[in-house]
Amino acid sequence: MNNIEKKLLEKIADLHSIPSGAFNLRKNGQAVERQSTKDIDIVPKKNKSGIDIIVHPNVKNKSIHIPVIITVGGLNDLVYNDFYIGENCDVVIVAGCGIHNKTCNTSSHNGIHSFHIGKNSKVKYIERHIGEGEGSGGKILNPVTRIYQKENSVMELETSQLSGVTLSLRKTYAKLEDKAKLIIHENILTTENQTAKTQFKVDLIGEHSSVEVVSHSVAKDNSYQEFKSDLIGKNECFGHVECDGILLDKARIISIPKIDAIDNNASLVHEAAIGKIAGDELIKLMTLGLTQKEAEDYIIQGFLVN
Amino acid sequence: MLEIKKLSYSVKENNDILKDINLKFEDEKIYVITGPNGSGKSTLVKIIMGILKQTSGEIFFDNEDLTALTIDERARKGISYAFQQPVTFKGIKVRELLDLASGEKNKLNNHCDFLSTVGLCAKDYLDRPIDDKLSGGELKRIELAMAIARNAKLNIFDEPEAGIDLWSFDNLIKIFSSLKNATNIIVSHQKKILEIADEIILLKNGEILAQGKLNDIAPMLENDKCGRLRGENE
Ligand SMILES: Nc1ncnc2c1ncn2[C@@H]1O[C@H](COP(=O)(O)OP(=O)(O)O)[C@@H](O)[C@H]1O
Ligand SMILES: [Mg+2]
Repeated sequence: MNNIEKKLLEKIADLHSIPSGAFNLRKNGQAVERQSTKDIDIVPKKNKSGIDIIVHPNVKNKSIHIPVIITVGGLNDLVYNDFYIGENCDVVIVAGCGIHNKTCNTSSHNGIHSFHIGKNSKVKYIERHIGEGEGSGGKILNPVTRIYQKENSVMELETSQLSGVTLSLRKTYAKLEDKAKLIIHENILTTENQTAKTQFKVDLIGEHSSVEVVSHSVAKDNSYQEFKSDLIGKNECFGHVECDGILLDKARIISIPKIDAIDNNASLVHEAAIGKIAGDELIKLMTLGLTQKEAEDYIIQGFLVN
Repeated sequence: MLEIKKLSYSVKENNDILKDINLKFEDEKIYVITGPNGSGKSTLVKIIMGILKQTSGEIFFDNEDLTALTIDERARKGISYAFQQPVTFKGIKVRELLDLASGEKNKLNNHCDFLSTVGLCAKDYLDRPIDDKLSGGELKRIELAMAIARNAKLNIFDEPEAGIDLWSFDNLIKIFSSLKNATNIIVSHQKKILEIADEIILLKNGEILAQGKLNDIAPMLENDKCGRLRGENE
């Protein structure tokens, strides 16, 4: 790996070398390194590009890294990754894609992921997306995530896009059975003329299933963000969506909520607040000695990282 | 030393929020500003911090004119300000603001001291976000902890007792006594806080109605049957 590739890998997956656990590295549309373990099988798909990741039942405290890097222009990468998590597991999956494009041709990555999470299992899924490289070519990321959760399972999805992605459309669909719990934290920063769109749809079919979505977005310059969410409560369940946006310059953020309590025992809430940085937050930090600019950056950093 | 000369403040809708205020605050003393709600106490201390700009008049801090200085410049000169209504954030933690306030990163021992002084247990609070999930009293104590962490030359507290319910006032008094090597300006209605003042400034309708020791001021407060001067019944 060259330096650019190493740095990308660090940024998206905190990896400084090949990790000891299950691992699959995809580079410029090809799988380049793969490592299964005794508990976790990573199997290439036969009829299309992508992998099946099979986590055996009762596997606990294990991690799986499946980073994707693209360092060329003009590549349109499409990959299908399917996760099959057995019962009673507890695993961390680190995914994400970094595009370094110094050409004038657009590169894109379309990662279609599905998660089949067994009874009583816990999955933490961390996905980071970044774009870089001075070329005028676009850096496009369109992740699709489908989540199917069995009884009493917990899925925690942390997704972030903090720089350089020119266009993204994030689609997430989830279906939750009895007592399944889904937690989504999304942090998105757009600058210049970037566009980022997010769409969530969650079917709460199980009794006492719950979903909690917290989306923090910051839009600067002329950038545009759109946040659509759609919660459907088909049982006694709980859903909460919180969409918070900070606007700077001429940027726009649009939040489009839909909540549908089909079962009248469903409790669904959507909260959205979009606006510029609150004046009193700036003043407070300035009384601690930060300049106005430092205070702005501090507030944005805290908002996107914590 | 802080000196305020001929200071006035007015806005379009309200001409005389503060009228010709002249005050001297000497080093290592405790000044308590009291008076009815709406008398201009918060306005006055906000002007000292630079949060509001006076319409006319001057403020000198250690003989330097503060008028042209921004909030952060005044903060770096050694002025600290605890808000009447603490500000909340999204995603900023207690630990981080204590770092900023003290100017030192991750001095765990000090952070614990600051928090325990205000009756909070550091391990429960350092990693909590400063947001509206904290109660009013908790926010107010954290605000005080930050003021202590600043270790400033001039401390301003705007109604520090408000919302501090279960926690005894004696602790609050101890805190102010421990800041004796700084100049302290406390906006307060609380008798116990008035009792520790070296000087009390009584404001009413934007003017200084009286100024002096508790002995001089107390009769005025006590003769005020409606409790207006004590900030009650408003
Ligand atoms: N921007 C403003 N416009 C109009 N009136 C104001 C403004 N700011 C403060 N005031 C008025 O100034 C007076 C003093 O307010 P304040 O300093 O907050 O009083 P205190 O802290 O003593 O209760 C009040 O009558 C308040 O309504
Ligand atoms: Mg006030």
